[in-house]
Amino acid sequence: MEKKKRELLLQGNEAVAEGALAAGCRFFAGYPITPSTEIAEYLSQKLPQVGGVFVQMEDELASMAAVIGASLAGAKSMTATSGPGFSLMQENIGFACEAEVPCLVVDVMRGGPSTGLPTSPAQGDVMQARWGTHGDHPIIVLCASSVPECFHMTVRAFNLSERFRTPVILLLDEVVAHMREKITLPLPEELEIIDRVRPTVPPEWYIPYEDNASGVPPMAPFGEGYRYHVTGLIHDIRGFPTSRSDEIGPFFQRLFRKISQNFAEIHMSETFEIEDAEITVVAYGSVARSAKRAVLEARQRGIKAGLLKLMTLWPFDRPAVERVARGSRVLLVPEMNMGQISREVKRVNNGVCTVVTLNKVDGTLITPDEILKRITEVYQDERDN
Amino acid sequence: MGYRYEIRLSGSGGQGLILIGIILAEAIGLYEGLHVVQTQSYGPEARGGASKSEIVVSDEEIDYPKPQKLDLLLAMNQASCDLYYRDLKEDGKLLVDATFVSQVPTNRAIRIPFTKLARERLGREIVANIVALGAISELIDLVSFKSLEWALLGRVPKGTEEINKKALRLGRRVAKGALKEMKGKEIENYTIDESSL
Amino acid sequence: MREITKLIHKYLRHDKKFPHVWCPGCGNGIILGALIRAIDRLGFTKDEIVLVSGIGCSGRLPVYVDFNTLHTTHGRALAFATGIKLAKPELTVIVIMGDGDAMAIGGNHFIHAARRNVDLTAIIFNNSIYGMTGGQYSPTTPYGMRASTAPYMNIEHDFKISELAVTAGAVFVGRGTVYHARLLDSLIEKALLKKGFGIVEVITHCHVQYGRQNKLGSAVDMMKWQRDNAISVEKAEKLSPEEKRGKIIIGVLVDRELPVYQDEYERIKERAKVSTVRGR
Repeated sequence: MEKKKRELLLQGNEAVAEGALAAGCRFFAGYPITPSTEIAEYLSQKLPQVGGVFVQMEDELASMAAVIGASLAGAKSMTATSGPGFSLMQENIGFACEAEVPCLVVDVMRGGPSTGLPTSPAQGDVMQARWGTHGDHPIIVLCASSVPECFHMTVRAFNLSERFRTPVILLLDEVVAHMREKITLPLPEELEIIDRVRPTVPPEWYIPYEDNASGVPPMAPFGEGYRYHVTGLIHDIRGFPTSRSDEIGPFFQRLFRKISQNFAEIHMSETFEIEDAEITVVAYGSVARSAKRAVLEARQRGIKAGLLKLMTLWPFDRPAVERVARGSRVLLVPEMNMGQISREVKRVNNGVCTVVTLNKVDGTLITPDEILKRITEVYQDERDN
Repeated sequence: MGYRYEIRLSGSGGQGLILIGIILAEAIGLYEGLHVVQTQSYGPEARGGASKSEIVVSDEEIDYPKPQKLDLLLAMNQASCDLYYRDLKEDGKLLVDATFVSQVPTNRAIRIPFTKLARERLGREIVANIVALGAISELIDLVSFKSLEWALLGRVPKGTEEINKKALRLGRRVAKGALKEMKGKEIENYTIDESSL
Repeated sequence: MREITKLIHKYLRHDKKFPHVWCPGCGNGIILGALIRAIDRLGFTKDEIVLVSGIGCSGRLPVYVDFNTLHTTHGRALAFATGIKLAKPELTVIVIMGDGDAMAIGGNHFIHAARRNVDLTAIIFNNSIYGMTGGQYSPTTPYGMRASTAPYMNIEHDFKISELAVTAGAVFVGRGTVYHARLLDSLIEKALLKKGFGIVEVITHCHVQYGRQNKLGSAVDMMKWQRDNAISVEKAEKLSPEEKRGKIIIGVLVDRELPVYQDEYERIKERAKVSTVRGR
């Protein structure tokens, strides 16, 4: 009976909201924008029930700022938006990178640039998620392709953000955000929840940005005796602005190292039928679902096809792509953009096998037939060569 | 590969197609235990633009979430009937709201004036979508009427349970009658005989 | 050491590498002094105070004092502060902004913070210029004045910060100058005691940028101008609009009661616990 109760038909956006609550999120600030609005609506109802706070701000600049403020006060916090709002949030996403404030930003990708196609799917924000804010910075970007993944990747996004003191971006596309699927919500004890490490030293010994083996300094919430300074300026280990190159250099080294020494923990991907694959499709988001069907249909026609589904987009999952590049003759990268992840695949592949693309930007999901057609063409070409 | 049963509910924004898509998916997925994915597409406007809600059902995990060839098409207006008819399988079923669809592209269409029935029989045009949902329960084998009713009651606003239940039953009764009429005949376009209700 | 100096030193961060960034003669130090005196007199602990600032000369203020301090992005301080206050209402959140910060890039946040009425206290340093970047005109540079981006003259009209706050719904609005230091102490004290969104606009001088470009003399000359042109709210009430023209009206402009956001949200939490919404 209990089990029956927890099985629900949820929209991707609703599953994100449920995942956030399960991860311990108690603060949401946002501004309404299609196709992400259901996340805000759902949390405006649920957060006050669990003692959390929902606030609708005057724009996305303010939303992102409030999310960071709440996190500094000790709350797990998030926002959700789509392209136009994501552009406005970039300013303060940079602040969160610089000041190392954990938080989650969900970007539901719709057609762009500018107002673009408000109700249609796209995958055009992949590079923006990586490099949208100015200056050099590491960031973690995940991408979900199903309703259960929306839930679990939200939990995981919060965990990674708390563990590494970094903003994490969860990308959905409009198809995944609005699709409804069955999901069995796990019991709280079935989930691993990670909280930021807090200082164990007395306040007078606390050095807020001091390096350690993990590269992640313990974080004290405001108001609990650890009075320190947080700034978007490059700062020394005490948090005070610095222009000394012997302090700036180590700051950047640590900022990058805390992520780069943990790539293996951050990278997530799934494979399907890759053992003997001659053509491997590398896909993410809703397109990975079309790709899976295309792979099945190709196999029925005797073409040895396989699928690598990327779930962590940044830092780019080099080991996963290298593995399939070594085993395949061709990598096919279908995307609802003019070629963003395919650039990374080509870079990582480094000439090992042939990389071909399939780009579609007409506001509709790439179909299995379109991918199958491309697989067939490529297969024919490879055989002719 | 398992089977796929694909449904599209289409019409214009404000006809409640997304709601009945959710109810149908919930009944099939949660109460019948099948795999189901419901998607939707709509214009930027909340009212008046083209709207569709789609459901894919399978006995195994569903990859591609959109229909490829439809087993059932509900068209609640002429534009959606004209636009989507060609996506039907050869033996796919076409169900139209005869209140708004005057031209059907096949002689096997099932024509029921959902909106007119809702208005005249129930006094509320707004439940035309639920009448259509009741009719769908007769046309597919994936879901029991009971499951559909449970799912419906979980999704409609408080205080509207009775009229919605009535609408669902009305739809089923009308569709039953329609199918009986059509059975064994070289079907002409079937239009409900309202005096039989 | 004089008593007042001892008091200031109690709140300064001695591990911060002084000297500070402000020019000799700057009014910002006077505002910092007034803020510290008000906090001390009201008996707050250092731990319960959060100082949030934006970008510009004023934005550097928090780094010098021993509170929870946050130096944010340009114009966004109020939005950061909103997040802090709503996540941890027991903290006293004070926002430091300049005129460009609060009125130009952060103008939208300013009016919405006033409308939303979250319990925050904003202190706005109005020196009529972008000082840190070299004297460009700001939304409070008066018409006809010069700036490095208005080398002929400024053809835009200035915002009246306090009057805008009144219209947007702030529950406490006070205006002072750095010359009238005692009044400033009491205005900040009143604003801190007030529950809801309160602001104190402080007229200060930037003799290095604004003063130099407009030949207004030294810091002392500019403070004398504040002395000679300020009139109290009480006195202003008796004057005609013509007599008030060009004067700075100082004192408490508004002190009113309106529902505070956090209190309202507490009620929402209670309602949410008992309500069930269909379909979720």
